[in-house]
Amino acid sequence: MNTHGELATYNFAYLDEQTKRMIRRAILKAIAIPGYQVPFASREMPMPYGWGTGGVQVTAAVIGPDDTLKVIDQGADDTTNAVSIRAFFQKVTNVAVTTSTRQATIIQTRHRIPEEQLGENQILVYQVPIPEPLRFLEPRETETRKMHALEEYGLMHVKLYEDIARNGHIATTYAYPVKVEGRYVMDPSPTPKFDNPKMHMSQALQLFGAGREKRIYAIPPYTEVVSLDFEDHPFEVQTFKDPCALCAATGVYLDEVILDDKGSRMFVCSDTDHCENRRNEGHHGHLSGQALEAQQ
Amino acid sequence: MLQAENTSVYLGGFVQPVFDAQTVFRQVMNAMARPGTITRFDALTTPPAPLISVTGSIAAALFDHDTSVWLEPAQASQPALTGWLTFNTSTKIVAQGFDADFAIVTDAGALPSLESFAQGTQEFPDRSTTIILQVESLDQGPRLVLEGPGIKEKAFISPSGLPDQFCEQCSANRQRFPRGVDLLLVSTQGLIGLPRTVKISRG
Ligand SMILES: [Zn+2]
Repeated sequence: MNTHGELATYNFAYLDEQTKRMIRRAILKAIAIPGYQVPFASREMPMPYGWGTGGVQVTAAVIGPDDTLKVIDQGADDTTNAVSIRAFFQKVTNVAVTTSTRQATIIQTRHRIPEEQLGENQILVYQVPIPEPLRFLEPRETETRKMHALEEYGLMHVKLYEDIARNGHIATTYAYPVKVEGRYVMDPSPTPKFDNPKMHMSQALQLFGAGREKRIYAIPPYTEVVSLDFEDHPFEVQTFKDPCALCAATGVYLDEVILDDKGSRMFVCSDTDHCENRRNEGHHGHLSGQALEAQQ
Repeated sequence: MLQAENTSVYLGGFVQPVFDAQTVFRQVMNAMARPGTITRFDALTTPPAPLISVTGSIAAALFDHDTSVWLEPAQASQPALTGWLTFNTSTKIVAQGFDADFAIVTDAGALPSLESFAQGTQEFPDRSTTIILQVESLDQGPRLVLEGPGIKEKAFISPSGLPDQFCEQCSANRQRFPRGVDLLLVSTQGLIGLPRTVKISRG
């Protein structure tokens, strides 16, 4: 009967059906109330919390045999975290996996949104460590919940303005708070603020899971997502002086890579799939030859 | 006759519970995330009348012993129907709409006031009723214009069999945001999701 001997010890996608139903109901409410954090009864997963168990549980509740899964960490498919999560889902679902953004139906991510524009047939699942954008202002959950209920976001603006007073600009570069559909202030998870504009009017459904904090939230497709800012200090994304050293891409998020012990370094696309596609299409950065040698 | 009725309670659930539930959930999620699109459904369940297969499948995918369901009094008094729901899903059936996680409405024309269902609280707006509303069709009625999250500019739907004050009810529901109910319009054709965020007007 069971042709997948290894799967016999697990339910499909690891979670039991009751847990999946509970998470699925939470996801539906999260979609109906964009940016609002729905509490859910997070389960222990066979991996540490730091590994994105919230995202893993959301993906497990959503995924089916026809899906193609991509997992990224800091934009890369080949980091330990991404490799482990991908291997986990291969074992417990047997679904197709890919590193190609274009081919994926579900993309689970930590710290980045792919450079390539996502489509209507795609779901982006974020692993979230701290879902509460107001937590650093107010440690008590009962209080932050009240602040969301009453739309009391003044303190958040004060904090951002203090940044400006101190630094001449808003210093927050990661987990930069956004307002969803003019109502809820939301933490976009620790993605660089560079990625914030990609959340706005995205064609793809965006789901967020925080395992330790037991919260699920969502941004439906075609939903307004605005980064908080001030008239005299408008929101701005990071810009990079030079293009990607490998594929010459501009207007993408770059990571610094140390090349040798003499301190030589280069800036390359953090989205490895995007960089690879561009090089396959014939784009070459000023260090593309050298970098290949260094890899050998 | 009596025998057939008794056994039918145990029949007509998902054939492949794990995969069928996942399929149905994805269809419901898609419908909720993209109001205005008709999501097609395969007939994966055969619940007793007047429930249609889409309703039965949503129930089988999302109800369990942690959920409570409100039924119209005429349906709540039908042992074949309540028996099918409780056997196939283990859900609790409740007498008051404001206690319900889900509601099944088979006579759309007699849809109770949306305000009579659970609205959630300002702090926990998710604690509200999702109403499964069976309508005659999803595309044979007067045209309605939808706007809001999940919709690129505007979407148009034409469900038939809705009560006269439906747009006004939905508009009042939207005014209560983040509180409010969410609706799933279902017919044998499939499903249209109407989350509380949707703005509906005649057009
Ligand atoms: Zn590159």
